[in-house]
Amino acid sequence: MSGKPVPTPENASVDSVGGGVFRLPEGEALPLDSGARLTGLEIAYQTYGKLNPDRSNAVLVCHALTGDQYAAGVHPKSGKSGWWSRLIGPGLPLDPTRHFIIASNVLGGCMGSSGPSSINPATGAPWGLTFPVITIADMVRAQALLLDHLGVDTLFCVIGGSMGGMQVLQWAADYPARIFSAVVVASAARHSAQNIAFNEVGRQAIMADPLWNEGAYASGKTRPEKGLAVARMAAHITYLSEPALQRKFGRELQRDGISWGFDADFQVESYLRHQGTTFVDRFDANSYLYITRALDYFDLAQAHGGVLARAFTRARHVRFCVLSFTSDWLYPTAESRAIVRALNAAGCRAGFVEIKSDKGHDAFLLDEPVMHNAMAGFLGAADVARGLT
Amino acid sequence: MTALLPETTGREDFKEILRLIRPGSRVLDVGCGEGALLELLSQDKGVDGRGVEISPEGVAACLARGLSVVQGDADHDLDDFPSGAFHYAVLSQTLQAVRQPRHVLSELLRIADRAIVSFPNFGHWRVRWSLLHRGRMPETKALPDPWWATANIHLCTLRDFMDLAEDLDLQIESCAALTRGKNARSIDPEKGLENWRAEAAIFMLSRRGPAPRRMADEDAPVEPAAASDLFNP
Repeated sequence: MSGKPVPTPENASVDSVGGGVFRLPEGEALPLDSGARLTGLEIAYQTYGKLNPDRSNAVLVCHALTGDQYAAGVHPKSGKSGWWSRLIGPGLPLDPTRHFIIASNVLGGCMGSSGPSSINPATGAPWGLTFPVITIADMVRAQALLLDHLGVDTLFCVIGGSMGGMQVLQWAADYPARIFSAVVVASAARHSAQNIAFNEVGRQAIMADPLWNEGAYASGKTRPEKGLAVARMAAHITYLSEPALQRKFGRELQRDGISWGFDADFQVESYLRHQGTTFVDRFDANSYLYITRALDYFDLAQAHGGVLARAFTRARHVRFCVLSFTSDWLYPTAESRAIVRALNAAGCRAGFVEIKSDKGHDAFLLDEPVMHNAMAGFLGAADVARGLT
Repeated sequence: MTALLPETTGREDFKEILRLIRPGSRVLDVGCGEGALLELLSQDKGVDGRGVEISPEGVAACLARGLSVVQGDADHDLDDFPSGAFHYAVLSQTLQAVRQPRHVLSELLRIADRAIVSFPNFGHWRVRWSLLHRGRMPETKALPDPWWATANIHLCTLRDFMDLAEDLDLQIESCAALTRGKNARSIDPEKGLENWRAEAAIFMLSRRGPAPRRMADEDAPVEPAAASDLFNP
């Protein structure tokens, strides 16, 4: 399937869609936090809109754990709308008629960027578990190389939700001079014990699947789909809130009466099984291991003497907008407040809104008018300050 | 924090606040609503402003004005700001609605060199008249809601406020009486008559002693952003 989205009424006006794969020239390597150096780096990306002559209108959209570079338009694999198509489009907060929007697949991903399922150029075989362990900072370092390649020196905005928000924070810490504004949605500056615990359940589910084969399944015909599906099911619960689950499913049954067995009697079971089985069609189990590891290793304060504010001392010129959701228990508001507190302590320009929603962590992907308005307002004012209107 | 008094009464203090604040200074507006004062301060005085606001809608409106405002309330969220980060902290018509006025006032003067605080005066003659003559809680222009619906839970008079300032070892640098539709009138709050006459008052306070430092190691010892730090593409 070509990378070009099929026009639909919804995305027809998202014209000037571009994209491709950035390859690090031969002989060059991406230095990683682990000390390893990755050769043959590839980063797959999509773009929406055009870079203006001043090169001042570029926006980097960072995706979450299981997202990808298809942030707008139509996803070529699933045929569904891009994961942030509610926010990217003409007349929307991120507007391809005004902004040059870049979305790339993260390092370690499985949608065209270098990851455990891609080919190790040294051996000609899939990396599997020989792929080096990566971090959020490594993902950001690879994105910075992509921007160099695209001729983008500074970003008008770097924006992302969940793991995407962690990349935004990492950008502010590592490349503050390259960003004008930053939007962090439903995110955290470090993974909590509970976050790590849930990720570990997912990884154990994958590794307990005999078809996982110590990660060396890529050359065979079978993949650890059962393990990956269970990992997704467990994680999916953390993306929803208890009231949202109750409202959607309650104790409703799939059929008339219970089965007195272990079929999916309850609608919530059937829903989770569906989430699991559709996920394995689009995601790689080893990528899931690597990216969840990168999340768990994320602790922005750690690299700055344990004081989060020090991560932002070079970012005082950046306009920050931090958003959280009341019912998000994966990255609760307290985590966002810790970010805001550090931004204030560092003397940064911080805006923060806690949005009332009962949809849990997933709210950042859903129709949330207050989030939409806050982003539209923040980005609109930043547009004016940047001279983009 | 949403304005507790009708728009028309809350705005007389804006002029006085604009008069008090030095150009180019750093200002924190606690309970900044939709950011009208911060915008004025930034346009007219070149102030580097920040805000705290309790309602998400208010914060969103501030963000749309390009202001840096965080959602929070005076009672709980002032400790997110480092000590001595601002020249002025403004608390307009809000002190009487917080749960812990004493804590809030001392926080304002931890964060900033000066606090500018305005509040309705419960010593005003109409208030006294209402209690004395009618035997009922006052419903005046400055205090428009019935007792069971009011957000004003810690009302005080000018004298009460000065006692608290004294107790916190604060210096009163200036005081003005606020009357709806009129310019602020500089007063000596020690004078008993003013405690009868002022519908509301606005005080500027500073610390007598040295600035308190925060115990937590959270704060990196940094200078807040100056206007010159502004991003220059």
